[in-house]
Amino acid sequence: MSSPIRQCAERASAPGSAPASASPKPVAASPGDRWRGLPSPLRHLLLAALGLAAVTALLLVTGDLTALRVAAVGYTMLAIAGLQLLVGGSGQVSLGHGAFMMIGAYAMALLVLYQPMLPLAANLLIIVALSVVAGIAVGAATARLHGPYLAGATLILAVGLPGLTHRYHDLLGGSNGLVIRTAGAPPLLQGLVSDSEWKALVVWTAVVIGLAALATVSTGRLGRRMRAIRDDETAAAMAGIPVGATKVVAFVIASAAGGLAGGLQAYVLGTATPSTFTLALSLTLLAGLVLGGIGSLWGALWASVAIVYLELWASDLARALDLSRDAENNLPIVFFGVVIILVLRFWPLGVHGALQRVTIRLRSREPR
Amino acid sequence: MTTTATEPLLSAEGVTVRFGGLTALDDVGIRAVPGTVTGLIGPNGAGKTTLFNVLSGVLRPTAGTVTWKGAPPPGRRPHHLARAGIARTFQGLNLFPMMTVLDNVVVGADRLAAGGPLSLLTGLGRHHRDERELRSRAMAALERFGAAEHAHQLPATLPYGVQKQVALARACVGEPEALLLDEPASGLSGGQIDALADQIRDFGRDMAVVLVEHHMDLVMRVCDHIVVLNFGRVISTGTPAQIQADPLVAQAYLGTSDDGAADPAPTAAPAPAADSAPDPDPGNGAAR
Repeated sequence: MSSPIRQCAERASAPGSAPASASPKPVAASPGDRWRGLPSPLRHLLLAALGLAAVTALLLVTGDLTALRVAAVGYTMLAIAGLQLLVGGSGQVSLGHGAFMMIGAYAMALLVLYQPMLPLAANLLIIVALSVVAGIAVGAATARLHGPYLAGATLILAVGLPGLTHRYHDLLGGSNGLVIRTAGAPPLLQGLVSDSEWKALVVWTAVVIGLAALATVSTGRLGRRMRAIRDDETAAAMAGIPVGATKVVAFVIASAAGGLAGGLQAYVLGTATPSTFTLALSLTLLAGLVLGGIGSLWGALWASVAIVYLELWASDLARALDLSRDAENNLPIVFFGVVIILVLRFWPLGVHGALQRVTIRLRSREPR
Repeated sequence: MTTTATEPLLSAEGVTVRFGGLTALDDVGIRAVPGTVTGLIGPNGAGKTTLFNVLSGVLRPTAGTVTWKGAPPPGRRPHHLARAGIARTFQGLNLFPMMTVLDNVVVGADRLAAGGPLSLLTGLGRHHRDERELRSRAMAALERFGAAEHAHQLPATLPYGVQKQVALARACVGEPEALLLDEPASGLSGGQIDALADQIRDFGRDMAVVLVEHHMDLVMRVCDHIVVLNFGRVISTGTPAQIQADPLVAQAYLGTSDDGAADPAPTAAPAPAADSAPDPDPGNGAAR
């Protein structure tokens, strides 16, 4: 138990462990120090810009179909990063994260349908505000619950919320959900980027800004308070940390990230349906987080890539093997489960923990 | 050596705590005066940790009042008291296991930092300047407690004596005015206890220290004033010399021939009880 966990904590305390882009590893001492001297919001925004540039480059070399998948990786990553702050950061397990994505998605659909003149940025801000309100309501109600009780309470949310679409059929469209049309690339860039590439870029812009905010929170005082509460509530309280309030704040930040991710999903896919936001989604997000590595925001990247692509590969495989329709539908789930079991068996800290170990080994081999 | 005439910083008066039908504390009072060390002793199950939990806000008394600087405390929850300047250590240390030693201590300094969420997100204002300040404070505290070389390790990887020093550093880094020490000497060797005695005397110079301890020679060496509890009642108070001379105290610890058989807390002789078992007080939320 000790050695991987020690690595995890060392990573958490290492100043360069910011997400969203390449880590500044082989820099000489003085630029490294200068880098660390920057205020952390600026540092994370620079990393975010770098990450966005990397995604843009990726979009330029790949095709139109990949763009939608890249966008899917983006919003899934944001949702998982929010969950990472909640579960890995503050130690609260939520099974209702998909419900907040649903709130975001339906808010986006309703805004596009009923307030078509609002710009996308305004829609996203409204969605974040709405998710914050929902997060406060749920978080305040569940702040006194621990472990499995909290998971159970949030489970109700994941199971119950999709049912609202049937209850308010006229407004929310029942099981068919809502279909919206969102604008593609602006006329100025018409020849340069396709509509889906544009959407992927918009998604990733919002995602990297969200990730930069999450990373700033996570490395700042708030993140440390959350980790202290996760480790020992009594000791944290006796150090002057308001335990209940901090837990609610963690919940609210996670729901804001989830809501924004859901809004972006509706923007890309053009639909919001209840079948997208089932309990399975919440469980998949949590499983993905464990698979990617619970100790770091980087884990969210591997998790989202795994969630989007494993399903794809599994269906490709099923088609290649010429399996029946039922088998094809269920193979992705089996595939995902097997991968999680294997990863946890061999890399208990997830993909990111494994990568961390490899880099540590490589660096220790380098003569200094 | 007697209690000075200064006003107590932190005091409890007439405190009664009942857990259902069990009376853990019955009309107990204690006063922590700045610049002194107050000892709180008694056999296992006497209610020492319960009184500690009341003083630090973990437990609300059934009756009685806690006074901080002559007024009611600024809030009823532990973090209110902690932010006002009451720090405590725990019997079970309660270090944050997944955080580095440095981060553990930085958390202890939390009350000194300013700068809210807006400052955190924008990088303007005091948040990030104060964060650097907290880290250097924490580093200085680790130097002072001789654990600086372990700053980037996890607590569980350190020897127990060093972990104790980290816990003390975490309690002291926030510059508290009152310091509650819950059995700081348990599990330490003789030499370590001597060093600890010097440290406690040192804390007692600028803080009001309350010490719960089973090591009688340590208590007698460092305390200015001692309160003895037995079965949730104060049976004796006074200077170490007065306490040592009090027959009631010896009776509480050793029992007497006439009513000794009825004593449900047959503890070891007070002097060298180095390996004292964890206190079975009810409501001891701090135990490991």
